Amino acid sequence: MEQVFGRPKALSEKRLHYCPGCTHGIIHRLVAEAIDDLGIQDKTIGVAPVGCAVLAYDYFNLDFQQAAHGRAPAVATGIKRVLPDRFVFTYQGDGDLASIGMAEIVHAAARGEKITVIFINNAIYGMTGGQMAPTSLPGQKTTTSPYGRDINTVGYPIRVAEMLTTLDGPAYISRVSVHDPKHINKAKEAIRKAFEVQIQGLGFSLVEVLSTCPTNWGLSPREALKWLEENMIPYYPLGVFKSPEEVSKVGA
Amino acid sequence: MAKVIFDSERCKGCELCVSVCPRGIIRMSNTLNSQGYHSAEVVEQDKCISCAFCARICPDTVIEVYRETKGKVS
Amino acid sequence: MAERVMMKGNEAVAEGAIRAGCRYFFGYPITPQNEVPEYMSRRLPKIGGVFIQAESEVSAINMVYGAGGAGGRAMTSSSSPGISLKQEGISYIATAEVPCVIVNMARGGPGLGGLTPSQSDYFQAVKGGGHGDYHLIVLAPWSVQEMVDLVGLAFDLADKYRNPAMILGDAILGQMMEPVTFKSEPIDPKDLPAKPWATVGLSGERKPNLINSLGLLPEHLESINLRLQEKYKKIAENEVRFEGTDVDDADLVVVAYGTTSRVAKSAIDQARKDGKKVGLFRPITLWPFPTKQIQELAAAGKRFLVVEMSAGQMVEDVRLAVNGEASVEFFGKLNGAIPTVEEVYREIMSRF
Ligand SMILES: Cc1ncc(C[n+]2csc(CCOP(=O)(O)OP(=O)(O)O)c2C)c(N)n1
Ligand code: SF4
Ligand code: SF4
Ligand code: SF4
Repeated sequence: MEQVFGRPKALSEKRLHYCPGCTHGIIHRLVAEAIDDLGIQDKTIGVAPVGCAVLAYDYFNLDFQQAAHGRAPAVATGIKRVLPDRFVFTYQGDGDLASIGMAEIVHAAARGEKITVIFINNAIYGMTGGQMAPTSLPGQKTTTSPYGRDINTVGYPIRVAEMLTTLDGPAYISRVSVHDPKHINKAKEAIRKAFEVQIQGLGFSLVEVLSTCPTNWGLSPREALKWLEENMIPYYPLGVFKSPEEVSKVGA
Repeated sequence: MAKVIFDSERCKGCELCVSVCPRGIIRMSNTLNSQGYHSAEVVEQDKCISCAFCARICPDTVIEVYRETKGKVS
Repeated sequence: MAERVMMKGNEAVAEGAIRAGCRYFFGYPITPQNEVPEYMSRRLPKIGGVFIQAESEVSAINMVYGAGGAGGRAMTSSSSPGISLKQEGISYIATAEVPCVIVNMARGGPGLGGLTPSQSDYFQAVKGGGHGDYHLIVLAPWSVQEMVDLVGLAFDLADKYRNPAMILGDAILGQMMEPVTFKSEPIDPKDLPAKPWATVGLSGERKPNLINSLGLLPEHLESINLRLQEKYKKIAENEVRFEGTDVDDADLVVVAYGTTSRVAKSAIDQARKDGKKVGLFRPITLWPFPTKQIQELAAAGKRFLVVEMSAGQMVEDVRLAVNGEASVEFFGKLNGAIPTVEEVYREIMSRF
């Protein structure tokens, strides 16, 4: 017998604290797989956010820094500038990156900071109990939009991948999803590309990953995957928004 | 020999693996693990095609998948 | 060997930092400290260092967190409103025990305030400033020479204790020009002691390094706090610095730091000529505060006059030290005004 699937080396043995069926766990594993594939475990430093993934440092066999809410891109900038031959990534939720940390992500991208950002868009604030996120969909019920997100009073969701694509600094930007095995494979490819872009020194790279929050969406894990596919993907189209020629295209 | 191995103590009973298995052979066991979840299991190992869909979607890295090495009887 | 040059305080603190092996500077423009980032932006790229004009003070301090955590000697500078913005990051840095240096060329507040020099950030600097129980090592230069000397010391203490250190200056100290002597050879960062705790990528068999301030479990959080308090005790025992002038025979001791200690010094010299037994006690470390030394002066029967450019902040620490054993009076100028030698002289004379 030969193994076709096992635990990546860069993923620690620690049991994840995430809710049953939360796709944060899948994305952690994909990041670890990409790091294994590229053989960069001893050269990679992660930056954990404030959000459900605050304990990400426990789940990777990597050196890590834990950043204040939204500040991970600034922290990663500091690390990368001291250690330009190492690989630095941030792992950030949508409240972290697209609300409180919007300035940090936009300017890190604009500077073309040679870091990789794994951006988890689950359309909600998970950790604090399901409040509205900048990415919550029009009409989406959350604990702070109990009647559904009203675009007339709170405005529209932010499409981070598209917005950052308007900048010249980023070298690679894509949006992927993890709602079924086929898309999980593509997400893995995208995350690996993003790291490759950094390894090749081409500039800033970001992968927006559509993810679930079954707990705060009030759905079973299986229903949550379906909700993501049917509601999030139409608003947040998958695809590669920016890619250097040297890096071959990832199909979405 | 088993092709899918579940580290049932890590399982959170989310059933995502069940939903993607093309052979429909994953089921939730009647017993609870120490975390209090009904863990997933495969009894009919011989029906498994080692596609690893279950392992790919499992958020908790519960599942290892093996396949028979071509040309060898293991 | 020693070079003597005329320099502005802001440039001196920047050059002093570079000579102390600082190669990473992250800042954001704000008057009256702009010469610090400007100087760094000229010098650092030429010597293999990094200067980034961040998008905000919030970002700048978090870049310092990352750079310091990765093992570099990193610095940021700002002035009062910008230092307020940095407080979240400083609290994280203090808790995660990342060595770094923060310069505050304080200006008048509160709010947007003005560009006059100020000492009204004293509480913010020595009592924590951000959330939680933590301390910065706070050094208060009174001359351009001390900008250089104390910024070097700040980096050494920061590394020694894995603690952020602050240089608390003000608009006058940053802007004035004085001769400076660079006493020691510049430090090559390569010669600095290794930092085995830094996040530089896993090597060999060691366990991952983690720079962190999270303590979700109550006993974990308590253990972080116990460790920090233990460290602060050690710093308080070993790192108090001060200067006493004409204190031994003095009846009245003027306590002042930074710019006001210069003013007070001139006033005291004048009063001494008039035969008044008055001395100057100048804390150089504002945290740890020279509590014991002031206690001893109180026990020796001396009276105190605290002079500050604020509504009265350091005076509280002097009163705590004296603990009712001696009289502690205060003379302060509110932000916008600067105490003159004549004023302080009159304050001294009225107490004899
Ligand atoms: C300065 C600050 N403000 C607010 C919080 C509280 N807080 C913690 S996590 C979070 C939102 C997390 O949401 P998101 O980034 O979407 O990540 P998720 O939990 O959904 O993975 C907030 C507001 C904080 N820790 N710090
Ligand atoms: S609250 Fe939501 S995002 Fe957080 S772990 Fe649970 S399911 Fe995942
Ligand atoms: S490997 Fe494929 S066939 Fe086998 S149990 Fe998993 S999903 Fe089913
Ligand atoms: S996907 Fe993983 S955690 Fe969920 S039921 Fe299957 S084995 Fe258990």
